[in-house]
Amino acid sequence: MKVKTRDFNKGAAVAIRDEKVQKSLLGLYNGFHKARISAAADTPDWELLRERARQVKNRTIANLDYYLESFEKKVTELGGVVYFAPDAAAASKYVLDLAKARGVRTVIKGKSMISEEMGLNEQLTEAGIEPVETDLGEYVIQLAGETPYHIVAPAIHKDRHDVSKLFQEKLGTPHIEDIEGLGKEAREQLREKFIIADMGITGANFLVAETGTLGLVTNEGNGRMASSMPRIHVALAGMERVVPTMEDMSMFLRLLIRSATGQRISSYVTLVNGLRRPADEDGPEEFHVVIVDNGRSRMLADPELREALNCIRCGACLNACPVYRKVGGHSYGYVYPGPIGAIVTPMLTGLGDAKDLPFASSLCGACKEACPVKVNIPRMLLALRRDLTDGKKNPADKRSTLAERLSFKAWRVLFGSNALLGLSTRIGRLMQVPLVRNGAIRWLPGPLGGWTRHRTLKPLPRSSFRDRWADHLADDPANHIGNDDSSGRQQ
Amino acid sequence: MGEATVRALRKLGVPVRFREAQTCCGQPAFNSGFWDDAKPLARKFLDLFEDADTDQIVVPSGSCASMIRVFYSELFQDDPADLERVKKVAPKVFELSEYLVDVLGVPGDTGFPENADAPEVSVTYHDACHLTRELGAATQARAILNALPGVELTELDQSEVCCGFGGTFAVKYADISGAMLKDKVERIDASGADVVTACDASCLMHIGGGLEKRCSKVRPKHLAELIDEALP
Repeated sequence: MKVKTRDFNKGAAVAIRDEKVQKSLLGLYNGFHKARISAAADTPDWELLRERARQVKNRTIANLDYYLESFEKKVTELGGVVYFAPDAAAASKYVLDLAKARGVRTVIKGKSMISEEMGLNEQLTEAGIEPVETDLGEYVIQLAGETPYHIVAPAIHKDRHDVSKLFQEKLGTPHIEDIEGLGKEAREQLREKFIIADMGITGANFLVAETGTLGLVTNEGNGRMASSMPRIHVALAGMERVVPTMEDMSMFLRLLIRSATGQRISSYVTLVNGLRRPADEDGPEEFHVVIVDNGRSRMLADPELREALNCIRCGACLNACPVYRKVGGHSYGYVYPGPIGAIVTPMLTGLGDAKDLPFASSLCGACKEACPVKVNIPRMLLALRRDLTDGKKNPADKRSTLAERLSFKAWRVLFGSNALLGLSTRIGRLMQVPLVRNGAIRWLPGPLGGWTRHRTLKPLPRSSFRDRWADHLADDPANHIGNDDSSGRQQ
Repeated sequence: MGEATVRALRKLGVPVRFREAQTCCGQPAFNSGFWDDAKPLARKFLDLFEDADTDQIVVPSGSCASMIRVFYSELFQDDPADLERVKKVAPKVFELSEYLVDVLGVPGDTGFPENADAPEVSVTYHDACHLTRELGAATQARAILNALPGVELTELDQSEVCCGFGGTFAVKYADISGAMLKDKVERIDASGADVVTACDASCLMHIGGGLEKRCSKVRPKHLAELIDEALP
């Protein structure tokens, strides 16, 4: 996928002005976000579960090579093929070569974020192979020629009127008003594709190391169709999708589904164990798992950011994030938006160009609170900010301006000394005089102007707390209980 | 706000001292990525407060308190000597509402003293982010507000959602922050309260500026001010 992380501010401005998008985004709070909270409240030992999951993830990621090898061994025993792709290009080449070699003409796709990283649909189309997205949201996005807006709900920014218009334009359907009718139309369109497709490409929520099992979570059953109907099944997975045991997967399923949609269980959980066996009624003749690195090793190598690989892609941090709920998914400029995207995207695509992502956060911590595996997103945002500012980890990523650096040096000097701080407060009181109107500063120059576009600023008061402490608070008779006058005044 | 904090604590019988040499905990630089500029100020804080006589350090802003208690150990992750000092000082740091409820045990079973002169005021409460999610203190301020003479607490819709301040975020990404603030002040207006309170000076500065910009009648007041006004 084309990386557009440099356009964050442009994208954010567009989203903020779009009332319809704002309405959809606001809906995430009362929808998914609250559903997650009540699902968590209804689950006994939710906090214990989160902590256990975090520990399993830490252990798995720390021994990733071991678990991946074990998974590969099991899949091979089941008659499948595992390919480790160092990057998106290698993964695409593997899929394209396979499709061409087998004479594939139509591919049905289940939801896969890795496929978005690869930009696979464009490449298949160029090779004369028709890719058809079968997750309803992804199908809508594909028709519109867009990229997913949300990890779980890719078309969350479109309402039924948008979809109705899109179907009329692209499919030549009559005007359909109701959501059910639109779903029915999509189902009819897709049914034929399911029947004629030679290859099914799915993502993977889990790769179970002990059994070689692939776990797919969907609400539409399209993952099951795509993995069982065509003669070839290819699953695409980031290398961090591996979990040690079936029991672990069962724990992650509880956390993932509740955190994503608030459901106790999704309509479908599909477990794929290799290809069709002689006694099976259906199933593919060929089964391939493409395990993609594409920058993940860089994350793994960085002890401060490795934790981002623990993410199970539930989207809860997006729904919880007040910034995501304003700027929407496309602003982030890559596959993964929201708080987790603000870490994963810079790590996968380059920190320097994605400098806005770690900074465009109020560090409110709603993401960390929502995360089912307790990924400490604010901590990593702070680390990325530091790396962008001082460039010590990688000089090429340094993006702080000279003006910023000088400002903070000056700030450090001023706040390092009480005398200087007092002096600058007095200067500030003089300088603010022409700016104060009716008791408030309503306009500020230059880069500070953004503040006064949306808020006023309280002027510095006539006396500071320090003045008042010295004047009357330190010796206040009301302070009757043994005020110790060594109150640090000598210091 | 600072003065109200001192008066509120003294009204509740707590002797208060003030280290006049203190300035800033270093959070603005830390949050902006300038860790090397944050460190000298954090060390200055530790120098001033690590003495054995200081039992408890009360900070009337959740964000500053969480900087010391939670984020100093991030800042000094590669400075073992400072990290040791942080481990000693950090547990003594309390945000005001935490201190009053968890340490002092107010309002307790007996409640606050009666005060016929306490002004009648309808209050809504904004959960400051760092107080709520870094320090985990969501109930303390409410317990105080519910017990304060003259105060009537009305819950704020989406009270735990960030107001959009976030330090330099509010200037660098002013329009995103402004959009978040707009939602917050609209909900505050809709609450019907006279006063919005919080346990963080910077949230209140931000929210106050947003309220004034839209000519709202709701006034921002720190919890310390409400306590000071309500207690005899």
